[in-house]
Amino acid sequence: MPSTRDIRRRIKSVKSTAQITKAMQMVASSKMLKAQQGAINFRPFAAMSAELMSHLTQDTDDYRHPLMETREVRRRAVVLIGTDKGLCGALNANLFREAARYAPATTRFIAVGKKAAQFIARTRRTLVAEFSCRDTPTYGECQAISKFAQDLFLKGEVDAVDVLYTRFISTLSQQPDQRAFLPMGSALNLPAEGAASPGLRAGEPKRYHFLFEPDPATVLDRLVLYFLDFRVAQLLLEAKASEHSARMVAMKNATDNADQLIKHLTLEYNKLRQANITKELLEISSAAMALE
Amino acid sequence: MISEFKLEITTPTGRVYSKAVDMVTLPGREGEMGILPQHAPLIALLGDGEIVARRGDQEDRLLVTGGCVEITPERVAVITVFATPEDAIDADKAQAARARAEARLKENISPEEVALVQASLTHSLAQLKIKRRPPQR
Repeated sequence: MPSTRDIRRRIKSVKSTAQITKAMQMVASSKMLKAQQGAINFRPFAAMSAELMSHLTQDTDDYRHPLMETREVRRRAVVLIGTDKGLCGALNANLFREAARYAPATTRFIAVGKKAAQFIARTRRTLVAEFSCRDTPTYGECQAISKFAQDLFLKGEVDAVDVLYTRFISTLSQQPDQRAFLPMGSALNLPAEGAASPGLRAGEPKRYHFLFEPDPATVLDRLVLYFLDFRVAQLLLEAKASEHSARMVAMKNATDNADQLIKHLTLEYNKLRQANITKELLEISSAAMALE
Repeated sequence: MISEFKLEITTPTGRVYSKAVDMVTLPGREGEMGILPQHAPLIALLGDGEIVARRGDQEDRLLVTGGCVEITPERVAVITVFATPEDAIDADKAQAARARAEARLKENISPEEVALVQASLTHSLAQLKIKRRPPQR
């Protein structure tokens, strides 16, 4: 049977925990709004570029960019976009479950975020690089990741590059998702996420024979690199939006649980206090009775 | 005879423009292009300049720096990093963007990023120039 002092102490400690989780919830929710907006605003751009790229790769048969070369996949690189910090519910666990499906012997990992790197080290998989990225990914950061993946591919160290990230669906729901990144052609057979222009979606599949200005090679060379960099940017934004949403929800749950615990403990404390008072009264009155 | 088509201008921060227009003039890298409905499918790189969209007797002007355009008979899709409608240009914001770009250029960055930051600088300078220009009408 705990004493009233023990319970008081516990209430105090739970209260301070609740205060911390509440503060973290506030921080996460403000970051979440920004990140979600960023990810959603980026979607039309990503959908349009994906569409453009698919047209580009279809119609430039006579010119192949080295990044479009399809080889038999013996080794694969996976860009694993995790988070830097924990306390975001099951987000990382769900993501790493997907990551564990890749055969460890033939897969090299490029980690984004500390948690992703820790997971790879812990499960003794091959980690070739670790990147970190801030809450609003800059172009420089995206480019570094994209460039590293391209180099691996061009040097022939890997024959395909995938990206594993958490797709943002809503504040309450995020899903691990895998996208092909290299070779270029493979990235494009996938449906483009987000709302592409409805006019074009309705009349699909319409195939055009495009002309190029100045010429296919120039256009392709110029656009391919930017396309890949912005693709990384898009996936990073999605992952960030998911992270902050998951953390917000996790922290809200923690705060709610702590509040409930406090309520419960307060009730317990009051009961115990009452019992003590009754006991004392009883003792006094029985002592008085004994004296008579 | 279809007399209009859809013009869509998309940037990483969202869709800047999406309207049915009668004609559009684009600043192609190889020179200005005037696009009418039912244009042949074309993918072209854009230079720096103004996109002028005409619908009826109205004219919308947007400042654009770099990017590319995909033209199909019923749609013109401009994909670019920098596009600003001219009536939404904010001199302070442009000035700030210019300062940011100039500071970034002094740092040690990759050639691809230099190209992008240069474009951002060009874009903010062009915005400031338009702001200083006396109103035409």
